[in-house]
Amino acid sequence: MAKIELTRNRFIKNLLMNRYPQLAVFFVMLVGYIFAIHAGLIGTPVGSHNFSIVFVWIAWWAILILIAVPFFGRGWCAVCPIPLPAEWLQRGAVLAPPEKKPRWLNLRWPKALRNIWLQNISFLLLALFSSVLLTTPNITGIALAVMLFGAIGLSTIFERRAFCRYLCPVGGFIGIYAQTAPIELRIKDKQVCASCVGKPCYNGSAAGYGCPWDVFPGGLTKNTYCGLCMECIRTCPHDNIAVNLRPFSADLAKPSTRMDEAFKAFIMFGSAMIYAGVLLGPWGALKDAAYNVGTGAWFVYAAVFLAIIFGILPGAFSLGLLKGNNNIPFRQRFASLSTALIPLGLMFWVAFSLSFVMTNASYIMAALSDPLGLGWNLFGTANMAWQPMLTTLLAPAQTLALVGGLIWSARTAQKAANEVRVSSIPLIGYCFAATAFMLWLLL
Amino acid sequence: MRFSFSLLLFVMAGLVVAFAPLPVQSIAPRERIFRIDARQYAYSPSEIHVNAGDTVTFELVSTDVVHGLYIDGYDVSVEADPGQTATLTFTTNKPGSFRFRCNVTCGAMHPFMIGKLTVGTNLWLYRAFGLAGLAVIGVLMWPGPKA
Repeated sequence: MAKIELTRNRFIKNLLMNRYPQLAVFFVMLVGYIFAIHAGLIGTPVGSHNFSIVFVWIAWWAILILIAVPFFGRGWCAVCPIPLPAEWLQRGAVLAPPEKKPRWLNLRWPKALRNIWLQNISFLLLALFSSVLLTTPNITGIALAVMLFGAIGLSTIFERRAFCRYLCPVGGFIGIYAQTAPIELRIKDKQVCASCVGKPCYNGSAAGYGCPWDVFPGGLTKNTYCGLCMECIRTCPHDNIAVNLRPFSADLAKPSTRMDEAFKAFIMFGSAMIYAGVLLGPWGALKDAAYNVGTGAWFVYAAVFLAIIFGILPGAFSLGLLKGNNNIPFRQRFASLSTALIPLGLMFWVAFSLSFVMTNASYIMAALSDPLGLGWNLFGTANMAWQPMLTTLLAPAQTLALVGGLIWSARTAQKAANEVRVSSIPLIGYCFAATAFMLWLLL
Repeated sequence: MRFSFSLLLFVMAGLVVAFAPLPVQSIAPRERIFRIDARQYAYSPSEIHVNAGDTVTFELVSTDVVHGLYIDGYDVSVEADPGQTATLTFTTNKPGSFRFRCNVTCGAMHPFMIGKLTVGTNLWLYRAFGLAGLAVIGVLMWPGPKA
């Protein structure tokens, strides 16, 4: 399938060029976000009746993992409210052209930290406390507030969206999985960018801001670090930026060689399996250990969690690489082949989320009418009884997701193995074993 | 042409693995009674195996707060007050694996208070393993990328 340039369509182009539609969505998201913080902090402590838990961890999560990431990549980042107040403060304006002189420190992000290791750590921190985070409104409220104020604080010290690019626990995995999405933002002609004076897409101009994600669009080869904010479309004086529809997982044809990205793949892949076992499994002792933060059992849980992510999964994965061609360094082979885990990891999350979301979606209507759990009934749905949805379709849907993910990963493994000149069979076997384990956990 | 034919063959094989009727061992139905203790946020026992056609009675005993037990797929439920025994009787007329879960908000981890009921053999799991195996064979037979 060839690429289709969506921005050739006049309606789509105008929609992306115009700041107001995006700004309108931003405002709705920001109001919802601030309300979620508010609900978490002052609403009912019963998670299944609190807006912050129901709308963040059920509604938003369902949209993110089942629709936004698989089909739009970093589409969520394009409307995420977290960096907004920070960005407005940094620019000293909501929509006005940027000032020539920076208002704040405007430092470059430290070179040693220009990777996603901090995002890996921030995700793992949330993951280790996830049983409490997902179920306790005030903890969710605090976490949301920390992200909002963290972004604001960083924006006064560092240039552009340092929080989104280097710290956001969600942005890290969205970036990795965005490589599989059938949407991309790319330049049309390299020569135009090479000869462009001033590079307004990166440095900003009277037409708009320089790339908030610190990316020069002329060098974009994959979706991982492009936040789809569309600023470069507005600033490019040569109309050289396009949004394209493309085949799924086009970016994975050229595997990454970065260890931070490789471990992000393992973190997400492993976390999906652990969550499926702990949260959706029938083992009460595991739930107790995950929930009772600070107890001995929780420390054991955290140690096992980290051992699986950083030891067992990459260790077993590496066994298949030992016989590889020695001309290619082990690290490069490891990082390149870990690309194969990206589609499978995404589909593991889809399968896990299907179960969680279909079972708990009925809380959404009740929370909509009584978002703080104060006895309101705004839309007459506050007393809607809990009822799992479409449970008979769950097992087939999960099987389809997992087996589809296995096929997708196995094909990716063949391409990645070809790049680093090793056999793909051990890697495909690894993906098969992980899929079988996930099927056993979920079905 | 050859590739399309192979793909069609694999899709058909997948459909056979997913939906072909399999011989099921016939075991005379009987009455089964299980006492299930419910506490925040677990059932004990949390995994229950019965045969298809059995008449099953769950005696749900809550040891702390009010808990419920709802069985996915069967759409039946029961609620038990602390220290009280509540009874749920149903016939296992659908084979497979089903989650049972608390349907009375009982605390923070309530949405994850889950048990597992297996009726007969969990054939769907074996079919899924078969589909995964078939998928791997299909990919290995698929022409790989050129070096």
